[in-house]
Amino acid sequence: MADVNRGNRPLSPHLQVYRLPLPAITSIMTRITGHALVAGILLLVWWLVAAVSSPGAFAAADWLVRSWLGFLILTASAWALWFHALSGIRHLFYDQGLGLEIEEAKKASWAIIIGSVALTLLSLIIFFIS
Amino acid sequence: MRYITPRKAAAGLGSARSGTAHHWQMTVSSYALVILTPLFMIAVGGAIGLPQDAVAAHFGRPFPGIITALFIVVGMIHFIKGTRIMIDDYVYGSANKLAIIASNIFGWGVIAAAIFALAKMAFTTPAI
Ligand code: HEM
Ligand code: HEM
Repeated sequence: MADVNRGNRPLSPHLQVYRLPLPAITSIMTRITGHALVAGILLLVWWLVAAVSSPGAFAAADWLVRSWLGFLILTASAWALWFHALSGIRHLFYDQGLGLEIEEAKKASWAIIIGSVALTLLSLIIFFIS
Repeated sequence: MRYITPRKAAAGLGSARSGTAHHWQMTVSSYALVILTPLFMIAVGGAIGLPQDAVAAHFGRPFPGIITALFIVVGMIHFIKGTRIMIDDYVYGSANKLAIIASNIFGWGVIAAAIFALAKMAFTTPAI
Protein backbone atom coordinates (compact mmCIF):
# COMPACT_ATOMS: atom_id res chain seq x y z
CA MET A 1 0.00 0.00 0.00
CA ALA A 2 1.00 3.56 -0.54
CA ASP A 3 1.84 5.67 2.51
CA VAL A 4 -1.27 6.62 4.44
CA ASN A 5 -1.12 9.92 6.27
CA ARG A 6 -3.13 9.22 9.40
CA GLY A 7 -2.27 12.30 11.45
CA ASN A 8 -2.86 15.21 9.13
CA ARG A 9 -6.20 14.59 7.44
CA PRO A 10 -9.30 16.69 7.78
CA LEU A 11 -11.69 15.13 10.28
CA SER A 12 -15.34 14.49 9.62
CA PRO A 13 -17.38 16.96 11.65
CA HIS A 14 -19.82 15.60 14.24
CA LEU A 15 -23.14 16.45 12.62
CA GLN A 16 -24.85 17.08 15.98
CA VAL A 17 -22.52 19.90 16.98
CA TYR A 18 -21.56 21.26 13.56
CA ARG A 19 -23.34 24.27 12.08
CA LEU A 20 -23.73 23.27 8.44
CA PRO A 21 -22.27 25.77 5.99
CA LEU A 22 -24.51 26.70 3.05
CA PRO A 23 -22.71 24.48 0.48
CA ALA A 24 -23.16 21.49 2.83
CA ILE A 25 -26.89 22.19 3.03
CA THR A 26 -27.27 22.40 -0.75
CA SER A 27 -25.13 19.24 -1.05
CA ILE A 28 -27.41 17.16 1.16
CA MET A 29 -30.49 18.78 -0.41
CA THR A 30 -29.32 17.39 -3.77
CA ARG A 31 -29.55 13.91 -2.33
CA ILE A 32 -32.89 14.54 -0.59
CA THR A 33 -34.56 16.16 -3.63
CA GLY A 34 -33.23 13.44 -5.98
CA HIS A 35 -34.90 10.74 -3.89
CA ALA A 36 -38.04 12.72 -3.05
CA LEU A 37 -38.70 13.30 -6.75
CA VAL A 38 -39.99 9.76 -6.93
CA ALA A 39 -43.15 10.85 -5.06
CA GLY A 40 -44.19 13.21 -7.85
CA ILE A 41 -43.31 10.65 -10.53
CA LEU A 42 -45.39 8.00 -8.72
CA LEU A 43 -48.38 10.35 -8.58
CA LEU A 44 -47.99 11.13 -12.29
CA VAL A 45 -47.66 7.46 -13.32
CA TRP A 46 -50.62 6.44 -11.13
CA TRP A 47 -52.68 9.17 -12.84
CA LEU A 48 -51.55 7.99 -16.31
CA VAL A 49 -52.34 4.33 -15.58
CA ALA A 50 -55.70 5.30 -14.03
CA ALA A 51 -56.58 7.24 -17.20
CA VAL A 52 -56.38 4.02 -19.24
CA SER A 53 -57.96 1.78 -16.56
CA SER A 54 -61.52 2.88 -15.71
CA PRO A 55 -63.57 6.02 -15.03
CA GLY A 56 -63.61 5.17 -11.32
CA ALA A 57 -59.82 4.76 -11.13
CA PHE A 58 -59.33 8.01 -13.01
CA ALA A 59 -61.78 9.87 -10.77
CA ALA A 60 -59.73 8.84 -7.72
CA ALA A 61 -56.37 9.89 -9.20
CA ASP A 62 -57.84 13.06 -10.69
CA TRP A 63 -59.36 13.95 -7.34
CA LEU A 64 -55.96 13.76 -5.62
CA VAL A 65 -54.20 15.62 -8.44
CA ARG A 66 -56.70 18.49 -8.26
CA SER A 67 -56.97 18.63 -4.45
CA TRP A 68 -54.88 21.01 -2.34
CA LEU A 69 -52.73 18.04 -1.31
CA GLY A 70 -52.10 17.20 -4.98
CA PHE A 71 -51.29 20.85 -5.65
CA LEU A 72 -48.81 20.75 -2.76
CA ILE A 73 -47.17 17.54 -3.99
CA LEU A 74 -46.92 18.78 -7.59
CA THR A 75 -45.60 22.22 -6.57
CA ALA A 76 -43.07 20.65 -4.19
CA SER A 77 -42.06 18.22 -6.97
CA ALA A 78 -41.59 21.09 -9.43
CA TRP A 79 -39.37 22.87 -6.90
CA ALA A 80 -37.44 19.65 -6.10
CA LEU A 81 -36.95 19.02 -9.81
CA TRP A 82 -35.64 22.55 -10.45
CA PHE A 83 -33.44 22.45 -7.34
CA HIS A 84 -32.00 19.03 -8.22
CA ALA A 85 -31.58 20.03 -11.88
CA LEU A 86 -29.64 23.19 -10.98
CA SER A 87 -27.47 21.46 -8.40
CA GLY A 88 -27.05 18.53 -10.82
CA ILE A 89 -25.75 21.01 -13.40
CA ARG A 90 -23.38 22.26 -10.72
CA HIS A 91 -22.10 18.69 -10.32
CA LEU A 92 -21.42 18.60 -14.06
CA PHE A 93 -19.30 21.77 -13.59
CA TYR A 94 -17.55 20.15 -10.60
CA ASP A 95 -16.63 17.24 -12.87
CA GLN A 96 -14.82 19.73 -15.12
CA GLY A 97 -12.95 21.05 -12.07
CA LEU A 98 -14.97 24.28 -12.01
CA GLY A 99 -16.65 26.02 -9.05
CA LEU A 100 -14.73 24.19 -6.31
CA GLU A 101 -13.45 27.26 -4.40
CA ILE A 102 -15.35 28.04 -1.19
CA GLU A 103 -16.53 31.48 -2.33
CA GLU A 104 -17.70 30.07 -5.68
CA ALA A 105 -19.49 27.23 -3.91
CA LYS A 106 -21.33 29.72 -1.69
CA LYS A 107 -22.37 31.84 -4.67
CA ALA A 108 -23.52 28.79 -6.62
CA SER A 109 -25.51 27.62 -3.57
CA TRP A 110 -27.40 30.91 -3.48
CA ALA A 111 -27.92 30.75 -7.25
CA ILE A 112 -29.42 27.26 -6.87
CA ILE A 113 -31.74 28.30 -4.01
CA ILE A 114 -32.95 31.54 -5.61
CA GLY A 115 -33.03 30.03 -9.12
CA SER A 116 -35.08 27.01 -8.06
CA VAL A 117 -37.68 29.20 -6.31
CA ALA A 118 -37.84 31.58 -9.31
CA LEU A 119 -38.21 28.72 -11.81
CA THR A 120 -40.95 27.13 -9.66
CA LEU A 121 -42.90 30.41 -9.55
CA LEU A 122 -42.40 30.81 -13.31
CA SER A 123 -43.69 27.23 -13.87
CA LEU A 124 -46.78 27.97 -11.74
CA ILE A 125 -47.47 31.22 -13.62
CA ILE A 126 -47.15 29.49 -17.01
CA PHE A 127 -49.37 26.67 -15.76
CA PHE A 128 -52.14 28.97 -14.53
CA ILE A 129 -52.23 31.36 -17.51
CA SER A 130 -52.18 28.60 -20.15
CA MET B 1 7.87 -8.36 -4.90
CA ARG B 2 5.06 -6.92 -6.96
CA TYR B 3 6.14 -4.96 -9.98
CA ILE B 4 2.76 -3.28 -10.30
CA THR B 5 2.79 0.38 -9.27
CA PRO B 6 0.17 1.72 -6.84
CA ARG B 7 -1.22 3.88 -9.62
CA LYS B 8 -1.61 0.89 -11.94
CA ALA B 9 -3.34 -1.06 -9.14
CA ALA B 10 -5.91 1.70 -8.69
CA ALA B 11 -6.41 2.82 -12.29
CA GLY B 12 -10.00 2.45 -13.45
CA LEU B 13 -11.22 1.08 -10.14
CA GLY B 14 -13.34 3.26 -7.92
CA SER B 15 -14.52 2.19 -4.48
CA ALA B 16 -17.23 0.16 -6.25
CA ARG B 17 -14.50 -1.91 -8.04
CA SER B 18 -16.18 -1.40 -11.37
CA GLY B 19 -14.36 1.64 -12.65
CA THR B 20 -16.03 4.81 -13.77
CA ALA B 21 -18.97 3.30 -15.68
CA HIS B 22 -21.51 4.24 -13.01
CA HIS B 23 -20.35 7.84 -12.82
CA TRP B 24 -20.35 8.09 -16.61
CA GLN B 25 -23.96 6.79 -16.78
CA MET B 26 -25.02 9.40 -14.22
CA THR B 27 -23.27 12.06 -16.31
CA VAL B 28 -24.90 11.01 -19.59
CA SER B 29 -28.39 10.77 -18.04
CA SER B 30 -27.86 14.16 -16.34
CA TYR B 31 -27.13 15.88 -19.65
CA ALA B 32 -30.20 14.21 -21.18
CA LEU B 33 -32.38 15.27 -18.23
CA VAL B 34 -31.23 18.90 -18.46
CA ILE B 35 -32.82 19.01 -21.92
CA LEU B 36 -35.82 16.81 -21.06
CA THR B 37 -36.85 18.54 -17.81
CA PRO B 38 -38.33 21.79 -19.25
CA LEU B 39 -39.92 19.91 -22.18
CA PHE B 40 -41.43 17.38 -19.76
CA MET B 41 -42.93 20.09 -17.54
CA ILE B 42 -44.57 21.69 -20.58
CA ALA B 43 -45.83 18.30 -21.85
CA VAL B 44 -47.37 17.29 -18.52
CA GLY B 45 -48.47 20.74 -17.32
CA GLY B 46 -50.80 21.04 -20.30
CA ALA B 47 -52.81 17.98 -19.25
CA ILE B 48 -53.24 18.34 -15.48
CA GLY B 49 -56.89 18.78 -14.57
CA LEU B 50 -58.28 17.74 -17.98
CA PRO B 51 -61.11 15.14 -18.18
CA GLN B 52 -60.14 11.49 -18.75
CA ASP B 53 -60.64 11.31 -22.53
CA ALA B 54 -58.81 14.61 -23.01
CA VAL B 55 -55.86 13.34 -20.94
CA ALA B 56 -55.67 10.21 -23.12
CA ALA B 57 -55.92 12.31 -26.31
CA HIS B 58 -53.23 14.71 -25.00
CA PHE B 59 -50.66 11.97 -24.40
CA GLY B 60 -51.76 10.22 -27.59
CA ARG B 61 -50.13 13.09 -29.50
CA PRO B 62 -46.46 12.66 -30.45
CA PHE B 63 -44.79 15.50 -28.51
CA PRO B 64 -46.36 14.94 -25.07
CA GLY B 65 -46.25 11.14 -25.48
CA ILE B 66 -42.63 10.86 -26.60
CA ILE B 67 -41.25 13.48 -24.17
CA THR B 68 -43.10 11.95 -21.19
CA ALA B 69 -41.91 8.43 -22.09
CA LEU B 70 -38.31 9.63 -22.52
CA PHE B 71 -38.35 11.57 -19.24
CA ILE B 72 -39.74 8.64 -17.23
CA VAL B 73 -37.34 6.09 -18.78
CA VAL B 74 -34.18 8.25 -18.55
CA GLY B 75 -35.28 9.72 -15.19
CA MET B 76 -35.98 6.35 -13.56
CA ILE B 77 -32.74 4.77 -14.84
CA HIS B 78 -30.95 7.84 -13.41
CA PHE B 79 -32.96 7.30 -10.20
CA ILE B 80 -31.96 3.62 -9.95
CA LYS B 81 -28.29 4.55 -10.43
CA GLY B 82 -28.75 7.51 -8.05
CA THR B 83 -30.25 5.44 -5.22
CA ARG B 84 -27.29 3.09 -5.68
CA ILE B 85 -25.01 5.93 -4.55
CA MET B 86 -27.01 6.38 -1.36
CA ILE B 87 -27.45 2.64 -0.73
CA ASP B 88 -23.67 2.11 -1.03
CA ASP B 89 -23.12 4.98 1.42
CA TYR B 90 -25.48 3.77 4.15
CA VAL B 91 -26.32 0.05 3.72
CA TYR B 92 -23.79 -2.79 3.85
CA GLY B 93 -23.52 -6.55 3.27
CA SER B 94 -26.53 -8.53 2.08
CA ALA B 95 -28.87 -5.66 2.95
CA ASN B 96 -26.91 -3.62 0.41
CA LYS B 97 -27.58 -6.19 -2.33
CA LEU B 98 -31.26 -6.53 -1.38
CA ALA B 99 -31.70 -2.75 -1.43
CA ILE B 100 -30.13 -2.52 -4.91
CA ILE B 101 -32.43 -5.31 -6.16
CA ALA B 102 -35.49 -3.61 -4.61
CA SER B 103 -34.51 -0.29 -6.20
CA ASN B 104 -34.23 -1.96 -9.63
CA ILE B 105 -37.57 -3.77 -9.31
CA PHE B 106 -39.26 -0.56 -8.21
CA GLY B 107 -37.66 1.61 -10.90
CA TRP B 108 -38.36 -0.77 -13.78
CA GLY B 109 -41.91 -1.31 -12.46
CA VAL B 110 -42.56 2.43 -12.68
CA ILE B 111 -41.09 2.49 -16.22
CA ALA B 112 -43.27 -0.45 -17.32
CA ALA B 113 -46.44 1.11 -15.90
CA ALA B 114 -45.77 4.47 -17.55
CA ILE B 115 -44.93 2.93 -20.95
CA PHE B 116 -48.04 0.73 -20.78
CA ALA B 117 -50.31 3.71 -20.10
CA LEU B 118 -48.67 5.94 -22.72
CA ALA B 119 -48.72 3.17 -25.35
CA LYS B 120 -52.39 2.47 -24.70
CA MET B 121 -53.16 6.17 -25.10
CA ALA B 122 -51.11 6.39 -28.30
CA PHE B 123 -52.74 3.33 -29.86
CA THR B 124 -56.31 4.20 -28.92
CA THR B 125 -56.16 7.85 -30.02
CA PRO B 126 -57.46 8.08 -33.58
CA ALA B 127 -54.85 9.45 -36.01
CA ILE B 128 -55.95 13.11 -36.35
C1 HEM C 1 -25.24 14.77 -0.95
C2 HEM C 1 -24.57 14.94 0.13
C3 HEM C 1 -23.24 14.29 0.39
C4 HEM C 1 -22.64 13.21 -0.20
C5 HEM C 1 -23.20 12.34 -1.33
C6 HEM C 1 -21.36 13.05 0.41
C7 HEM C 1 -20.44 12.07 0.03
C8 HEM C 1 -19.15 12.05 0.47
C9 HEM C 1 -18.15 11.16 -0.03
C10 HEM C 1 -18.39 10.08 -1.06
C11 HEM C 1 -17.00 11.46 0.61
C12 HEM C 1 -15.67 10.77 0.41
C13 HEM C 1 -15.45 9.74 1.45
C14 HEM C 1 -14.13 9.05 1.23
O1 HEM C 1 -13.31 9.53 0.44
O2 HEM C 1 -13.94 8.02 1.89
C15 HEM C 1 -17.25 12.54 1.51
C16 HEM C 1 -16.33 13.12 2.35
C17 HEM C 1 -16.63 14.07 3.26
N1 HEM C 1 -17.88 14.64 3.51
FE1 HEM C 1 -19.51 14.33 2.45
N2 HEM C 1 -21.21 13.98 1.38
C18 HEM C 1 -22.33 14.77 1.40
C19 HEM C 1 -22.60 15.80 2.25
C20 HEM C 1 -21.77 16.20 3.26
C21 HEM C 1 -22.11 17.16 4.29
C22 HEM C 1 -23.46 17.85 4.40
C23 HEM C 1 -21.01 17.30 5.06
C24 HEM C 1 -20.79 18.19 6.26
C25 HEM C 1 -21.54 18.17 7.31
C26 HEM C 1 -19.98 16.43 4.56
C27 HEM C 1 -18.72 16.31 5.08
C28 HEM C 1 -17.72 15.54 4.54
C29 HEM C 1 -16.34 15.56 4.98
C30 HEM C 1 -15.76 16.43 6.06
C31 HEM C 1 -15.67 14.65 4.16
C32 HEM C 1 -14.19 14.32 4.20
C33 HEM C 1 -13.92 13.20 5.12
C34 HEM C 1 -12.46 12.79 5.05
O3 HEM C 1 -11.79 13.06 4.05
O4 HEM C 1 -12.00 12.18 6.02
N3 HEM C 1 -20.47 15.77 3.47
N4 HEM C 1 -18.57 12.90 1.41
C1 HEM D 1 -32.29 18.04 -15.06
C2 HEM D 1 -32.46 16.97 -14.38
C3 HEM D 1 -31.39 16.28 -13.56
C4 HEM D 1 -30.03 16.51 -13.46
C5 HEM D 1 -29.19 17.54 -14.21
C6 HEM D 1 -29.50 15.56 -12.51
C7 HEM D 1 -28.17 15.44 -12.16
C8 HEM D 1 -27.68 14.60 -11.20
C9 HEM D 1 -26.29 14.42 -10.88
C10 HEM D 1 -25.12 15.10 -11.57
C11 HEM D 1 -26.22 13.53 -9.87
C12 HEM D 1 -24.96 13.00 -9.20
C13 HEM D 1 -24.63 13.80 -7.98
C14 HEM D 1 -23.33 13.34 -7.38
O1 HEM D 1 -22.35 13.14 -8.12
O2 HEM D 1 -23.30 13.15 -6.17
C15 HEM D 1 -27.56 13.14 -9.52
C16 HEM D 1 -27.90 12.28 -8.50
C17 HEM D 1 -29.18 11.79 -8.29
N1 HEM D 1 -30.31 12.07 -9.03
FE1 HEM D 1 -30.44 13.45 -10.51
N2 HEM D 1 -30.54 14.79 -12.04
C18 HEM D 1 -31.70 15.19 -12.66
C19 HEM D 1 -32.97 14.69 -12.49
C20 HEM D 1 -33.31 13.66 -11.61
C21 HEM D 1 -34.61 13.05 -11.48
C22 HEM D 1 -35.83 13.40 -12.31
C23 HEM D 1 -34.52 12.13 -10.46
C24 HEM D 1 -35.56 11.20 -9.88
C25 HEM D 1 -36.33 10.47 -10.57
C26 HEM D 1 -33.16 12.16 -9.97
C27 HEM D 1 -32.67 11.38 -8.94
C28 HEM D 1 -31.38 11.37 -8.49
C29 HEM D 1 -30.89 10.63 -7.36
C30 HEM D 1 -31.73 9.71 -6.48
C31 HEM D 1 -29.52 10.89 -7.22
C32 HEM D 1 -28.58 10.35 -6.16
C33 HEM D 1 -28.27 11.43 -5.14
C34 HEM D 1 -27.34 10.92 -4.08
O3 HEM D 1 -27.79 10.14 -3.25
O4 HEM D 1 -26.17 11.32 -4.06
N3 HEM D 1 -32.45 13.09 -10.68
N4 HEM D 1 -28.45 13.81 -10.35
